[in-house]
Amino acid sequence: MTFQQWLPLLVVASSLIPGSIIFVLGEQQIKLRTALNLAGAVVKVLLVAIMLWGVSLDQEYQVRYGLVEGLDFALHADALSLLFVSLAAVLWLLTTIYAIGYLEDSPHRRRFFGFFSLCVTATTGLALAGNLLTFLIFYEMLTLTTYPLVIHRGTPDSLRAGRLYLLFALTGGAILLLAVVWLQTLVGPVEFSATGILSETDPALYGSLRVIFAMLIAGFGVKAALVPLHGWLPQAMVAPAPVSALLHAVAVVKAGAFGIVRIVYDVYGAEFCGQLGVTIPLALVAALTILYGSMRALYQDDLKRRLAFSTVSQVSYIMLGTAIAGPLATTGGIVHLVHQGVMKITLFFAAGNLAETLGVKKVDQMRGSGRRMPVTMAAFTVAALGMIGIPPTAGFVSKWYLGIGAAQADQWWVIGVLVASSVLNAIYFLPLIYAAWFASPPDAWPDERPRGRFETSPALLFPPLITAVLTLLLGVFAGFPFSPLEWAKLIVLQEYAP
Amino acid sequence: MDAEWAMTGLIMVPLAAAIVVYVTATRFVAAWGVAVAMIQTGLTFWLTRSILQSGPVQVPLGGWEAPLGIPLYADGISVLMLIMTTLVGATSTCYAAAYFSALQHDPRRSSSQPTIQTFWPLWLILWSALNALFLSADVFNLYVTLELITISAVALIGLAGKAQALVAAIRYLFAALMGSLFYLLGVALLYSTYGTVSWHLLAETVQADVLTWCAASLMIIGLLLKTALFPLHFWLPAAHANAPAPVSGLLSGLVLKASFFMILRLWFYVFHPVMPVSAGWMLSVLGSAAILWGSIQAIRQQRVKLMIAYSTVAQVGYLFLVFGLACEPMGMLAWRGTAYLAFAHACAKAAAFMVAGSLMYMVGSDLLDRWEGIGRREPKLIFALALAGVSLMGLPPSAGFIAKWLLLNAAIGNGRWEVAAVIVLGGLLAAVYMFRIIGVSLSSAVPMPETMPIPRMMRWAPLVLAMVVIVGGIVTTEPIRLLEIGAPPIAAREVAP
Repeated sequence: MTFQQWLPLLVVASSLIPGSIIFVLGEQQIKLRTALNLAGAVVKVLLVAIMLWGVSLDQEYQVRYGLVEGLDFALHADALSLLFVSLAAVLWLLTTIYAIGYLEDSPHRRRFFGFFSLCVTATTGLALAGNLLTFLIFYEMLTLTTYPLVIHRGTPDSLRAGRLYLLFALTGGAILLLAVVWLQTLVGPVEFSATGILSETDPALYGSLRVIFAMLIAGFGVKAALVPLHGWLPQAMVAPAPVSALLHAVAVVKAGAFGIVRIVYDVYGAEFCGQLGVTIPLALVAALTILYGSMRALYQDDLKRRLAFSTVSQVSYIMLGTAIAGPLATTGGIVHLVHQGVMKITLFFAAGNLAETLGVKKVDQMRGSGRRMPVTMAAFTVAALGMIGIPPTAGFVSKWYLGIGAAQADQWWVIGVLVASSVLNAIYFLPLIYAAWFASPPDAWPDERPRGRFETSPALLFPPLITAVLTLLLGVFAGFPFSPLEWAKLIVLQEYAP
Repeated sequence: MDAEWAMTGLIMVPLAAAIVVYVTATRFVAAWGVAVAMIQTGLTFWLTRSILQSGPVQVPLGGWEAPLGIPLYADGISVLMLIMTTLVGATSTCYAAAYFSALQHDPRRSSSQPTIQTFWPLWLILWSALNALFLSADVFNLYVTLELITISAVALIGLAGKAQALVAAIRYLFAALMGSLFYLLGVALLYSTYGTVSWHLLAETVQADVLTWCAASLMIIGLLLKTALFPLHFWLPAAHANAPAPVSGLLSGLVLKASFFMILRLWFYVFHPVMPVSAGWMLSVLGSAAILWGSIQAIRQQRVKLMIAYSTVAQVGYLFLVFGLACEPMGMLAWRGTAYLAFAHACAKAAAFMVAGSLMYMVGSDLLDRWEGIGRREPKLIFALALAGVSLMGLPPSAGFIAKWLLLNAAIGNGRWEVAAVIVLGGLLAAVYMFRIIGVSLSSAVPMPETMPIPRMMRWAPLVLAMVVIVGGIVTTEPIRLLEIGAPPIAAREVAP
């Protein structure tokens, strides 16, 4: 095997191996466990960087392994997978640091970090999946490895949330399995390729292909929290903060959105989707999800629940950009995959800091928190402004491209949706920010636990700080080489190749 | 002559060991068991290599040709079944050694429970009979070995010593004897018509006439009773749930597969050209009903071992989907998937029963309510249970997923949407009962104080077996290649309408 074949495997193994070793270690071997975790995360970032460099120079990274006839396990690094895998690698490193600080002295950390690593393994695996089957394998693995994280606390609430999560995710997985097998019996093994593989299909099969498309979108839509399949996401909030951060920014929700991008561009092909007439329904569902999620977010007084509904809404920007299917809108959708991840993880880190340090869990308890925890709340503010789409944050870049993409495709109603969503975002974020900075703090916080000499322990403080700075950098330096925006343009160039 | 020695050894070594331990009543009885397990592992490996290199082997035992001698025959599927038996058998042996030695020191043990001495000869005879069955080349030998299996299995259930277990054992005995009678009647009819009991010769001469149909029906019905296909599963849950911990896994994993293997052999190697398509589909319909009924019953149970036993009823249903699917163009996929599922289920189910047995030993009960928070004490066992569950649900990466993938391909490729729906629904229902156990065990309720320490081997044996199931979902080319050796000509055969 050559290095080109080893590299994708190594990227997956860099979290699989530490995860497996952690299960074998004792609960009290904290130092070794932490070292393994961090080493794995750093190695993954380095490997991904090498891969990123290689792919930009047109290197092929591919490995293939036959399971049964018609069932190949294939990892393949193309531009789209690198976008996702870089996001996962960087945010995993930060989340690992955060989780180490967050879970200090809590029980069952071995189980937590073991499954945490496996969860990231599944995410990188599906980012690098070279065909639909490999994607499916990692997609199911993701469901199974996140379940122990969701129910980590073991309270009746979290067990209920876990059950709901499994109900949604496994049913989605089952529909997906049926669709994949059906597609395969019609057209043979489904490899991802930049312009889709189905455009040559016999027109007699168009009806079946439409049904399969709907099934695939439903299967991925469960994880991507498309309305009405979003019911599990707000409930899953009972999970510890690092898990929520990972769930919303990198792993689960993103896996669904990424799956839909793959289906539209690399299986069906954007043009062929238009020909089948399936893009408009998808765009409508995405638009509905955007508005519905924002509306529901308005009425949540639990901070994490508000953020969860915000995720429901924000992730659908990706689907919206995908479904409008013009080069600019696609750029906006794909780049939002990264931008939403960075912004949302900041918000969840900050929410976790508030809950851990001050016991603040409700929206109305946040009054004056900016004075007590200025760094955390500054990060929160930057990310929230990004969510609204205010320049020069990353969120602005996504929305800008989505907007001009919609105009280019003559879908003017989309701009209305974007404006409405921005207004709603402003309504549910700005009062929080105002109260945090300008209202006077209460006499006593609900459950204050000072950690160290900073406003909270460094492991909790730096990750949101870094991601908040990233939110700004991604917006300001969007035009630089290797920025997500430039990379998304590269992807779009390939997807719309003549 | 490599293969001949291996085949003979696989049958004779456990048999000889059974006699030795029984006659000498040695104190180091568990050591004998472990030694047998090691020899069997070597022999299985040897035979597998030989079959992979040179194809199916037929050997006359002791050089006596048919009709006087007893011929043995090994092809891909029989070797896969032997590998399954060795894996489950060897881990169960280690598990049983730890279990019975722990039981002897258990203050809760009632005096009516028999000692370790009774288990080993019975299990070794069962092991020998299983291997002999998978290697049999004639339908009468199949009968003899199946009887040996039944009798030793009944006695093993009775080992639990409780009234419940004895009642279940007797019920099983009656059902199994009834099944044997049907089967024997069918064999007699066949012998009187064709003058041979070798299934190779029968396959060449079999005719589509009423007498053959009667014989085939009798034999298959008898075997269905032993395989516990819905609605003939009535004896199974009680028998498998009340047996001693190491025995439950053997029953669900191996003993059921023995009679199922016979159905596969008879149907696809002998009767396939003369059986009407409707008969195949009838079995598939019963299989679908079994999947749904067994899963729903499993969900409703309060006792974990009953839950796992009903799960067996459901999983046996999956094995019968092949009889309808094989009548159509992509039947070969279904056949491979079914054989692989038999293997996957044996390992996963034995692991699940071992976990249940260990935890039951620890808390003294298998009521699910008593298992709250147990996963915090025994993470390894719950992890093993979860891995086994992944295969039972048919999720990747596991041998169960590969098998289900093949079955689904056959079903959808032939436009059999109702079968595809049942396959997928069965997986979801399996997730409901598996995660019910896992969820309860991970809850943060404080576990009960009075528990027995679990011997280390009772943790590792199920974990190893569960890992096998996962590895079986990654290393698949070799087993599938094995299944192609001496595979029945399903695809090439024109089926009678």
